[in-house]
Amino acid sequence: MSALLDTYGAMLLKAIGVHTLYVLVSVAIGFALGLVFGVLLSRVPKWSNVILPVVSVFQTIPGLVFIGVLFLWIGMTPATVIIALAIYAMFPVLKNTYTGILGVERRYVEAAHGCGMSAMQTLLRVELPLAMPTIIAGLRMAAIYTVSWAVLAAMIGLGGLGDFIYQGTSSNNNTLILLGAIPAAVLAIVIGALIDLLQKRVTPRGLRKGAGK
Amino acid sequence: MIEFEHVCKSYGKSPILKDLTFTIPDGEFVILIGPSGCGKTTTLKTINRLIEPDSGAIRIGGKDIRETDKVELRRHIGYVIQQIGLFPNMTVAQNICVVPKLLKYDKARCAEIVQEMLAMVHMEQYADKYPTELSGGQQQRIGVLRALAASPPIVLMDEPFGALDPMTREALQDEVKSLQQKLNKTIVFVTHDMGEALKLADTIIFMEGGRIVQMASPEEMLEHPASDLVRSFLGKHADTAPNTKVEHFMRTNVTRVKRDRGVLECAEKMARSSVDSLIVTDEQGRYAGTVSIGDIRHWGRGLKSIEPLVRQTARTVRVGDEAKESFDYLLDSGASYVVVLNADDTVAGIVTKTSVARSVADNLWGDER
Repeated sequence: MSALLDTYGAMLLKAIGVHTLYVLVSVAIGFALGLVFGVLLSRVPKWSNVILPVVSVFQTIPGLVFIGVLFLWIGMTPATVIIALAIYAMFPVLKNTYTGILGVERRYVEAAHGCGMSAMQTLLRVELPLAMPTIIAGLRMAAIYTVSWAVLAAMIGLGGLGDFIYQGTSSNNNTLILLGAIPAAVLAIVIGALIDLLQKRVTPRGLRKGAGK
Repeated sequence: MIEFEHVCKSYGKSPILKDLTFTIPDGEFVILIGPSGCGKTTTLKTINRLIEPDSGAIRIGGKDIRETDKVELRRHIGYVIQQIGLFPNMTVAQNICVVPKLLKYDKARCAEIVQEMLAMVHMEQYADKYPTELSGGQQQRIGVLRALAASPPIVLMDEPFGALDPMTREALQDEVKSLQQKLNKTIVFVTHDMGEALKLADTIIFMEGGRIVQMASPEEMLEHPASDLVRSFLGKHADTAPNTKVEHFMRTNVTRVKRDRGVLECAEKMARSSVDSLIVTDEQGRYAGTVSIGDIRHWGRGLKSIEPLVRQTARTVRVGDEAKESFDYLLDSGASYVVVLNADDTVAGIVTKTSVARSVADNLWGDER
């Protein structure tokens, strides 16, 4: 064990750092984009009949293919990885933002309008707070997926925990595979737990009881 | 003053409002009522521009409401919706302060308003609760307070008490009526419950198919309903004279005997029906008097029939008499019944103290049970 750490310790730490950075940056970008597009889409729910299926199709494109294409187009820079991961992270957030906002009961929106809230005030003070549990659930999904997708960064030689896994698979070295896979799994669990914590913080107290979203 | 002038609205090809023209004076409690789909809610929502009419004009205090920005207009008109619609992510205090905050009142003023509002309905201790922690009635009270918080001169209410149980509804109706009188608000209120309308309204506007069928005070509507539909809505309320006649309260399943019956037979009959006296009739079924178990015990030995024991001491009244006299007699004299006779002297029934209890219950709870 100690021999293993002597050999790979520094490399592993660096890989975990790079991996985490990819995840955080791309999830942050994806979340912001997903939120904005989700809100925009919720303003014109008619379009969702067209847009959401297209989004679903995009989501089924394997990350491998997508990163490959971007690699050809942009080149071997971290931007390629981050763009690809951010776009994948955006989908669940977009979908959940959209369904979360549409799921806000009509009566609250009507009450907000009746009280004299503008469209923006209704969004910020009523719709988004009430949709927040659903939106954060989308963020959670996005973050956990991104941890596993970030493994693909190694495919184009950009590091992260994928390095170990690729080296392991190509040299048939199970230790190396586990050295990449276990930290990735732990990372996913930790990020999931952090978001659960966030979820509790952002859920309005009035909604915590009985709101099983 | 709210003025409607030739207001029309249609959804696609189906007209909802057909040329509405009417005026609501300041400080009035006006109720819009009618069958579902008559346009009453649509009419209400045109006042705060939640729905825009296709043509015609609505003026508040002489000013066309289209000249005021929608959002600004709504901040100066209270609005209470049917399903309450308190924001679940905000506390009671925050809910009450929604409109004052939109109007940029400062914090101290908002806190003052919250205290003042909650004091009106004696709910001060609920300021920091969330709506889910309140009962339905309490929630709608807060819903009403939210509409009143920025002291708008006009408050719109869209079937605000429809979802509440009858007891709570009554209580809230009383509260809203007294708030309206105290604060001198103009209230426009939609309901389909004529009882509610008659209780609260200064003026009732009865609508059908997007038109006004009748606009009148409750008394006038009761006395001169403009159409059969209005009459059927008034229903039981139109017949305002409550049933006070004795036959409404009497018991008809009374044990009777003919006066030539044997003493033992009568005693057994009393035992079987758990009563201490029987109504005695002659051969034609006309009332002859009563016989009591006490008399039978004292004098019954050796008698063939009950005829000598029949007394005519029981109080009798006729069908059609006022029940109140009988009730007073029962309560004052301690007698256990009054016999009710038909016009031909046959026995119609008896009034007992249980009947008094029923009448009291009727008066307290009406016919809702």
